[in-house]
Amino acid sequence: MNWEIVIGLEVHTQLSTVSKIFSGASTAFGAEPNTQACAVDIALPGVLPVLNKGAVERAIRLGLAVGGKINSPSIFARKNYFYPDLPKGYQISQYELPIVEGGSVLILVEGVQKTVRLTRAHLEEDAGKSLHEDFHGMSGIDLNRAGTPLLEIVSEPDMRSSAEAVAYAKTLHSLVRWIGICDGNMQEGSFRCDANVSVRRLGEEKLGTRREIKNLNSFRFLQQAIDFEAQWQIDTLENGGKIQQATVLFDSDKIETRAMRSKEDAHDYRYFPDPDLLPLKISEAMIAEIKASLPELPQAKQSRYMDEYGLSPYDAAALTASREMAEYFEAAVALLPQQAKACANWVTGEVAARLNREDKDIAVSPVSAVQLAGLLKLIADGTVSGKIAKSVFDALWNREAETAKDFINERGLQQISDSGAIEKIVDDVIAANAQQVADYRAGKEKAFNSLVGQVMKASKGKANPAQANEILKKKLQAYTAVGN
Amino acid sequence: MLNFSLKELADLLAAKKISSVELTTEFLRRAQALNPHYNAFITLNEDLSLAQAQAADAMIAAGRVQPLTGIPIAQKDIFCAKDWRTTCGSKMLESFISPYDAHVIEQFNRAGAVNLGKTNMDEFAMGSSNETSYFGTVKNPWDNAAVPGGSSGGSACAVAARMAAAATGTDTGGSIRQPAALCGISGIKPTYGVVSRYGMIAFASSLDQAGPMAKSAEDCALMMNVMAGFDERDSTSLQREPENYLRDLEQPLKGLRIGLPKEYFAEGLSADVARAVEAALAEYRTLGATTVDISLPNTKLSVPVYYVLAPAEASSNLSRFDGVRYGHRAKNYGDLNDMYSKSRSEGFGAEVKRRILIGTYVLSHGYYDAYYLQAQKIRRLIAQDFTAAFQKCDVIMGPTTPSTAFNLGEKSGDPVSMYLSDIYTIAVNLAGLPGLSIPCGFGDNGRPVGLQIIGDYFSEAKMLGVAHQYQRVTDWHQLSPKVM
Repeated sequence: MNWEIVIGLEVHTQLSTVSKIFSGASTAFGAEPNTQACAVDIALPGVLPVLNKGAVERAIRLGLAVGGKINSPSIFARKNYFYPDLPKGYQISQYELPIVEGGSVLILVEGVQKTVRLTRAHLEEDAGKSLHEDFHGMSGIDLNRAGTPLLEIVSEPDMRSSAEAVAYAKTLHSLVRWIGICDGNMQEGSFRCDANVSVRRLGEEKLGTRREIKNLNSFRFLQQAIDFEAQWQIDTLENGGKIQQATVLFDSDKIETRAMRSKEDAHDYRYFPDPDLLPLKISEAMIAEIKASLPELPQAKQSRYMDEYGLSPYDAAALTASREMAEYFEAAVALLPQQAKACANWVTGEVAARLNREDKDIAVSPVSAVQLAGLLKLIADGTVSGKIAKSVFDALWNREAETAKDFINERGLQQISDSGAIEKIVDDVIAANAQQVADYRAGKEKAFNSLVGQVMKASKGKANPAQANEILKKKLQAYTAVGN
Repeated sequence: MLNFSLKELADLLAAKKISSVELTTEFLRRAQALNPHYNAFITLNEDLSLAQAQAADAMIAAGRVQPLTGIPIAQKDIFCAKDWRTTCGSKMLESFISPYDAHVIEQFNRAGAVNLGKTNMDEFAMGSSNETSYFGTVKNPWDNAAVPGGSSGGSACAVAARMAAAATGTDTGGSIRQPAALCGISGIKPTYGVVSRYGMIAFASSLDQAGPMAKSAEDCALMMNVMAGFDERDSTSLQREPENYLRDLEQPLKGLRIGLPKEYFAEGLSADVARAVEAALAEYRTLGATTVDISLPNTKLSVPVYYVLAPAEASSNLSRFDGVRYGHRAKNYGDLNDMYSKSRSEGFGAEVKRRILIGTYVLSHGYYDAYYLQAQKIRRLIAQDFTAAFQKCDVIMGPTTPSTAFNLGEKSGDPVSMYLSDIYTIAVNLAGLPGLSIPCGFGDNGRPVGLQIIGDYFSEAKMLGVAHQYQRVTDWHQLSPKVM
């Protein structure tokens, strides 16, 4: 039986405001417990919330970046439930009229583009944290996080595999950092995913019953949790079982999902409009101002890279994985307008690989875009071969030289393009490798490659490979002709 | 001196004929002597009061005198006041010492007024008789068998019995006007948003509004000058030019059109109250005003609408009293839910529990549309009734209550009959309008009758003028009960 997996994601992004969404307390991570919780955060009697404009601006940035509708007014609502880390006994969120509705995100999975539609994005406050250790059978409460601004971004159930879900999450993760609304730090909980997963028989139109996996804070967990959950649902259905709507937790040690609560004991949150906060009205002028302040978005950049530089969708996507990466690429291309493809190859290849290996951000890359462009220019004009260039890149990376040119001059790594010099080397190689020459003459093409290798080796890699090829071929043919 | 107006007291202080310490001591002695009998104050704190009085004397000595500098004012125990026990009439907050000042308290402190003590009130302002207070009932100084009204019963009693020069109250459905009427004093509930709610313990956020309770309209105007004003900590506080509420006190009434809603003079109004109100209206005609019949057709719906909306908001507002961070926590409990359940069961009284239950019910899944949404729609209709009425008149007048003060215990066993006693005051809160009550005579049983004046939005100054002109030619407001 063939099954289709259906996935929708709810992503909680922590907005990068200095203070909380409804109070003036700091949002900085890692302070001593309860040192960043003011009267409003601990919900003293009589205190009132005041909306942080910075949080609203960030929500609008997201809304504009995904092409969604900015609602005016939008309404703050109270979500009522009791928990010790929820000081007011309700969370201020948005329910019926969220600040952003609709919009979409374009993802690329295995070379195929796909649109994931967004349902909505709404503002809300985070809860505090319960600390269950160190209190001898009691629990401690840390309210530093209480009131931290969150934007919950909800997708339609448009994804059909864990790979698509991960691609969507990564695209969104990149986008929120790109537009400067979230630091994207997943270890500190700045970007957390809930995945709604259901399965249905292929061709079936009705959605299956979903289960929601809570609080996935890495892309790997997201993928593992969805894979496990989907397989569990398929197995259950194939064994004649039924899926009950439920909230589940992912155990990252055992790599399995476990039901936390079923629909029957789901809370009735008794949402109603918060009378302490007026309906949030957003002027056209404010939207226009925010729109003007948005950077060129990844999607627009990708199209431009493909049109202007003739890059592949894959390269264009890779170069726009982050704003810093795109800026690096563009800085290099600005110095080498005719070599965009080479710039793209090097940025997505050598540069990305080295950064990845050393777990560095491109913003602090040891080889700057200017240095890279200097190197690529020397490849383009034939000063060095691509192979030698890699060792020059290593040298730049290790800060053995300021510029590629200096290093090449210093070490005499210039490519040999003088045909006389190459001919001499080729002659020596033919003379010293009678057996391979004979093999080649006997029709073994492979022997040619070996001879090229010998030529390059003899030139310490400096011979212009194209020229070396050409001269060797010509000489061997002449040799063969004479021999016959 | 206890009968002096605020203006007269201010003149004595400014002329240094008496010091604030002397004045405060005089009121404190009277309050201490009478309180065991009347129970108007939950907390008297001589040290804190006298420290403020000394500071006020220093201000006066330095020539920094404002109209209320050095005058002792009783504060309803719903306002958080730094270092003062702030109970809101509940066991839940029996030992809560506020770490901060409400906006209203700050304003009085800035003006150099003295906090004389915290007055008794219905628990969390839920009640019309002051009988729901955890700290015991308050006696009506005009008749010790009668209730003082509620929820600001302690403030009304304190002013009527001349234990304080003036007092503050809060009004969610009549809690300033009704006790003012029942105790024969003047009180005004301003337009919603004129006085900041910051630090005022919330009952029903969209209805709560603080205001003055004093011996006369003129005293109320002086108090309004201190209490009103924009506060950025309350998102529902209105940003307006500051007003001088003394402005219209001397405006003649010639040409004033007084609207008389037929619904306020219909069945249910007792004859003695009707007589006193009619006599007051005759006085107004003598002063040059004309009366016009109007209709507020949805008046009857105001009580049921109020008893959906106010409990809905209250059920959520009171969730913060969970025994986790402050307030009452049960001594013995099992798990977390047991802690919540026992702490709240012990900490809240019967009326508060009743309203939490009603509010939770009307917000529950499946009932929200039928109750809460429906009530919001009718709330708009009620507001429209007033808008239409103010096309025909400048102010609306009628009785504040259907009868004079009822007996202690008379209605405490019958909540619905108690709720219906607020029939003339509740609609004003639902519409967000200002409402005022002044004494206009006595009923057959010798208990005071209140005349209610309802104005259009932001017409407090005009209403105070309308009341003051009446008080210039009558002396009901100067009468005080014989106290023991």
